[in-house]
Amino acid sequence: MKNAFTIAGKELRSAFVSPIAYVVLTGFMLLGGWFFFNLLNRFNFLVQIYMGFRSAEVQMRLNLNEMVVAPLLGNLSVVLIILIPVITMRSFAEEKRAGTYELLLTSPLSIAEIVLGKFLGVVTFLVIMLSLTAVYPAILLLWGNPEVGMILSGYLGLFLLAVSFASVGLLTSSFTDNQIVAAVSCLIVLLLLYVISWPAETAGATLAAVLKYLSVTEHFSEMVRGVIETKDLVYFASLIVGTLYLTHRSVESVRWR
Amino acid sequence: MIEVKNLTKRYGDLVAVSNISFTAAKGQILGFLGPNGAGKTTTMRVITGFMPATSGTVKIAGFDIFEHSYECRKRIGYLPENPPLYNDMTVLSYLRFVGRIRGVAKAELNDAVDRVLRACGLTDVPQRVIGHLSKGYRQRVGLAQAMIHNPDVLVLDEPTIGLDPRQIIDIRSLIKELASNRTVILSTHILPEVTQLCDKVVIINQGRIVVEEMLETLTRGTSLEQVFLHYITQDNAVVQGPAQEAGS
Repeated sequence: MKNAFTIAGKELRSAFVSPIAYVVLTGFMLLGGWFFFNLLNRFNFLVQIYMGFRSAEVQMRLNLNEMVVAPLLGNLSVVLIILIPVITMRSFAEEKRAGTYELLLTSPLSIAEIVLGKFLGVVTFLVIMLSLTAVYPAILLLWGNPEVGMILSGYLGLFLLAVSFASVGLLTSSFTDNQIVAAVSCLIVLLLLYVISWPAETAGATLAAVLKYLSVTEHFSEMVRGVIETKDLVYFASLIVGTLYLTHRSVESVRWR
Repeated sequence: MIEVKNLTKRYGDLVAVSNISFTAAKGQILGFLGPNGAGKTTTMRVITGFMPATSGTVKIAGFDIFEHSYECRKRIGYLPENPPLYNDMTVLSYLRFVGRIRGVAKAELNDAVDRVLRACGLTDVPQRVIGHLSKGYRQRVGLAQAMIHNPDVLVLDEPTIGLDPRQIIDIRSLIKELASNRTVILSTHILPEVTQLCDKVVIINQGRIVVEEMLETLTRGTSLEQVFLHYITQDNAVVQGPAQEAGS
């Protein structure tokens, strides 16, 4: 376990000495700020119009959580689909290309420690990345009265989504020594996970249920709505554990080829 | 210390190493020679536990590399043909990282890093970023990395490549010094290096061992160059001879 932390520390440090981390963080904040500004602007506009109606019922419909926080998190989740492959593409592919894979695999480390170290490194990076966006809900809390529980539940959803995406990224990176191949294949898998429930409306009941269960969106949007259910947590947990297990097998495969 | 027995490694249909056996004792430097593509790197990768053999066994200090891979890997320092360096790290942070994953205790880490920095002549570059170093320095960082955990066995794939004459002399005397209580496997194309350093020579050609002999016995009354050429041409004739006949 100590070794896993050592590797995680190395991963994190090399993320921050390369420009990738700064480009990703800046881009994420820039887009997040743009979304937040526009959503808030629209909300403000609607509030001013509805004020004219002087109807309490209409004004009640204007909910800061539903009209600002939920769409903001939804938009950020789409940005993560594009950015996370870029964050994880290096993890194994670069080690293979640079020959440092040999160093890791001939050191007295277990493969679980290597995979876990890479995973913890990227999870820490994601924590930093998502914490930076906490400035938006903080602004709402200062000048408005959104529901805190719903924000927290939404953020938990976004975090689990990000970690699941990163596990997929580690898996695709472990297949190749080419970072582009790793990033593109990760992007494709993530997009598929996002849209897999599209045919659900026209499909039969069983298939529809399966497709909906597989889709990240379904589980994520539940949590954004403030509903934390075991089935959603189980979904994310199994996605993370499953892909990490496959990554472990993929790294190990060099030992039985 | 190192015992390779009937080792075979296939990549699909390609036989990289076929049924080779040799041993190296403690205190010995074993020169591992052969033309390019003979199977040297493959053999070293199997010995260091990077990949498994198709058949046969490798024992390091009595431990089987497949059964007790962890125990073996703890005892081996490995410098691959391309030094396994992280270009974005400084020399110091890189060596500290390697020390930790190779199991050097935290209390001894500073001493271990100091020791290898001094031994490999890196004392003036600890804060430099590895990606900015010259080839000679990179090679020496690679060597420092291999010996940071004080391993019983050192596997060095062309350690003096890219060094200037002065550095070559330093590194050779370092290897000689290290070998006094260790086993060193040294793969190289520079035959005078073998004559200077090695106690024992293994020549490998087309995946098979053509000779395993003490250097003294091998070079009695002749030079290593002649011995090497003699065995390689003889072996090629043996391998190709019948094949050509069958073809004609």
